[in-house]
Amino acid sequence: MSEQTLKQWLLSDAPTSRMQARVAGLYQGWLRLTSNWMTLTGLIILTALVLVAVCAPLLAPHDPFEQDLLNRLKPIGYDDHYLGTDSLGRDILSRLIYGSRITLYIVALVTLIAPVVGLLVGTVAGYLGGWTDQILMRTTDVFLAFPRLVLALAFVAALGPGIENAVLAISLTAWPPYARMARAETLTIRSSDFIAAIRLQGAGPLRIITRHIWPLCISSLIVRVTLDMAGIILAAAGLGFLGLGAQPPSPEWGAMISEGRRFILDHWWVATIPGLAIFTVSLAFNLLGDGLRDVLDPKDGGHG
Amino acid sequence: MVSVTSQPEEGRKSAPFPAWLRKFLTTCGSIAATMLGLLLVTFVIGRVMPIDPVLAIVGERASQESYDAVYHQLGLDKPLMVQFFYYLWDVLHGDFGNSLLTARPVSQDIARVFPATMELATLGVVIGMFLGIPMGVLSAVHRGTWIDQTIRVLTLVGYSMPIFWLGMMGLLLFYGILGWVGGPGRLDIFFEGLVPSVTGMVLVDALLAGDMDVFWNGFSHLILPASLLGYYSLAYISRMTRSFMLEQLSAEYITTARVKGLSERQVIWGHAFKNIRVQLVTVVALSYANLLEGSVLTEIIFSWPGIGSYITTALLSADMNAVLGGTVVVGLIFICLNILSDLLYKIFDPRAK
Amino acid sequence: MTLLTVNDLWVRFPTRQGVFDAVRGISFELGQERLGIVGESGSGKSMTGRSILQLIRKPGVVQAAEISFQGRNLMELSERDMRSVRGNEISMVMQDPKFSLNPVMTIGAQLMEAYLQHNRDSRQNARNKCIEMLEAVSLRDPERVMDAYPHEMSGGMGQRIMIAMMLIPDPKILIADEPTSALDVSVQRQVLSIMDRLVRDRGMGLIFISHDLNLVAEFCDRVLIMYAGRIVESCPASKLREAKHPYTRGLLNALPRLDNPRTHLEVLQRQDDWTHAALEETQ
Ligand SMILES: Nc1ncnc2c1ncn2[C@@H]1O[C@H](COP(=O)(O)OP(=O)(O)OP(=O)(O)O)[C@@H](O)[C@H]1O
Ligand SMILES: [Mg+2]
Repeated sequence: MSEQTLKQWLLSDAPTSRMQARVAGLYQGWLRLTSNWMTLTGLIILTALVLVAVCAPLLAPHDPFEQDLLNRLKPIGYDDHYLGTDSLGRDILSRLIYGSRITLYIVALVTLIAPVVGLLVGTVAGYLGGWTDQILMRTTDVFLAFPRLVLALAFVAALGPGIENAVLAISLTAWPPYARMARAETLTIRSSDFIAAIRLQGAGPLRIITRHIWPLCISSLIVRVTLDMAGIILAAAGLGFLGLGAQPPSPEWGAMISEGRRFILDHWWVATIPGLAIFTVSLAFNLLGDGLRDVLDPKDGGHG
Repeated sequence: MVSVTSQPEEGRKSAPFPAWLRKFLTTCGSIAATMLGLLLVTFVIGRVMPIDPVLAIVGERASQESYDAVYHQLGLDKPLMVQFFYYLWDVLHGDFGNSLLTARPVSQDIARVFPATMELATLGVVIGMFLGIPMGVLSAVHRGTWIDQTIRVLTLVGYSMPIFWLGMMGLLLFYGILGWVGGPGRLDIFFEGLVPSVTGMVLVDALLAGDMDVFWNGFSHLILPASLLGYYSLAYISRMTRSFMLEQLSAEYITTARVKGLSERQVIWGHAFKNIRVQLVTVVALSYANLLEGSVLTEIIFSWPGIGSYITTALLSADMNAVLGGTVVVGLIFICLNILSDLLYKIFDPRAK
Repeated sequence: MTLLTVNDLWVRFPTRQGVFDAVRGISFELGQERLGIVGESGSGKSMTGRSILQLIRKPGVVQAAEISFQGRNLMELSERDMRSVRGNEISMVMQDPKFSLNPVMTIGAQLMEAYLQHNRDSRQNARNKCIEMLEAVSLRDPERVMDAYPHEMSGGMGQRIMIAMMLIPDPKILIADEPTSALDVSVQRQVLSIMDRLVRDRGMGLIFISHDLNLVAEFCDRVLIMYAGRIVESCPASKLREAKHPYTRGLLNALPRLDNPRTHLEVLQRQDDWTHAALEETQ
């Protein structure tokens, strides 16, 4: 054992403990994930995003809120404004860097809300069946029937503009697919023998759902969330663009595009640069999600 | 001899109606339930809105009496259940109330703006379909090669673009710099009102009136936003096509077809593609529905007077009736397209009968 | 007369764990006879059949010193020439009829396609030919079958349709990959005798793939025993009981026999050296 390198231990065909099997499985998945250049690119971009967000005060050359009306709409590379300035003379690069925090904030909040709600609804519906199932799934269908952006618009209208409300509205429109998925998984797991065995041991529904069904639903849920993340970022940016998400002077990327829209013909960079940032991040999520799906589902395919 | 016939008979024994009727009724029931739910959601949204509908009508400085009168007239003093039934009743009669902005019935407004959206989304989905399906087939057939990779990247890029930003970039490049296409709006100003509005779709109206100048001008305005939407749906359609196709190409009957000595083209289009046609109908219908929604932001960028701009403008000016009316209509269309695609599936797949 | 000569045939699959050899350097000849290939599941029988038609799916690779059919080396043919061999000269009945027919095309369309691919003829004539062929495989009511979809057929009907479809262009060699394993015993006999009759009448060569030793011993003229991608034994069907290779002996001992009843059947004990051992007996 001691002569083995860590790599050999991880790649061994005959794991000696359950822990080794699990770690080795993860490691092999990781190897496959990173062997694809597209996935790797996505991963690198997202890591960079997190780093930028964490170190924003160190990286940003200027205060993102500091106005300088004498230096409005300066082009790329002007003075020490590497990406130019916006209509109030604020440094675009600094705003971009601070904006990454908002993006991550939105992503984190939606990830905390939507899949959890979906998981809850789906497993409860799938496990209990009968009327509960009927009602919960009908509700899910109703939400699925709405076009998402329009529903989010209506929600924001009801809740009032603002970043938290935008997140809430997006989450409210994002949970139904997770619920469906969790329900489908629950139905297959529920009828399996090992659940019957656990039930015979006297475990109640609560325990079965939380200890045995949830863990099994997680992996497919993660893939789905990663794939949806890009859509969530785009939706948030769209709301910001419409003035319904983050409010000025917040350096949210969608709102920045909206500000730059008026000057698009003469000062193209003001709107172009934040758009590129949104594109890069959502592309990264898509690349990662795509790779994850390949790893978890070797048959390939799946649904967009 | 054939074992298939035995199953419906079993179903028949246990039920008073024939199986198809029962199925039909369940489908209708679930559609009705979904629509009811949709209205319930919009109703609730309408109630929790921080806008006082009475004030919106009578204005800030109205007397208490006139306020109360309108309050009563709107039925706001009734229990919520009753209000919901009023709401249902009105919607079923196509009455969404009056818009504050235009001071006209919302239903009329929607009827006016909807053709613009339809024109845009239809051309978009046509573009997406005619490019996306061949691209999906191509990348499935050449799986893992550079063709597949290129198409994959192209579709991922499509998925990742903020569509409003892409629209702005498109305008900047093709209108602002190159001048190849018409700018925002449906027509240049001096072409407006030249042809009578029959269908509300500029291109169709121009053709009906036989005015080719208007047609080409309308086309030059339509082509950019429609291409953007087309790119968006192309991404979806081609990915779905690819995964359906891969599934079929690994099926055993494909080997059978090759054993017969068929050419690759016959195998792909004559055999594999035939098997995904039905699924593709569903995908196209779905992406059409998605375009109706995706057009919200596009319409704003291109000042396109469709339902997307209508809802957003209404939203920004707190015109509640218009927002809810628009949401309900888009939701209903969404549901209808879903049902339609299901139906088509059942009609065209020999196995579903 | 020798119809087909296979010399040093390899089928390789590159996998994540390295290259996997599904077929490892086999050689055999086929005349106007019924040649059985027997072996356990995964021994490479189907891959052998498919590689003759050059129909191994990517990423699989076929390598052979020679696969010659009537003096032409199939390995050297262009894809286009190979297509005129497939179906027309060499045909193959696939393992599972349920998945081997296109589910959204009528059976008639699929049969006619097989005929029209290699024959210039009117659709009406093609249809008549197909109906004839369906009758030849003892399907009742061929008109109805022509307009039916595959899912409306039972497994036995599907298998007979497959056989009819592959025989319509009148090939010189038919490869039948476990054509009867999905069927119950009575239908199995029926399908076999139909195939036997057609093959004999037309003077075809038949490669009959199966894992049923008894069936092959009874039905074929000559038998190849495959194990882990190699031919470990090759003998006339009548001499099968005298086979020498320990694997064949093991297989035989694992079968119940009426003429030599035993209280318990032996379980096959594998030995590593079978996999490595060279071909014991060449033709
Ligand atoms: N795409 C592939 N990649 C890797 N290995 C493969 C692939 N296809 C087949 N194989 C391997 O080739 C070997 C031979 O397969 P083959 O289908 O010829 O078996 P068989 O003898 O026909 O078995 P059966 O009786 O079950 O039909 C198997 O061990 C299989 O694992
Ligand atoms: Mg096989």
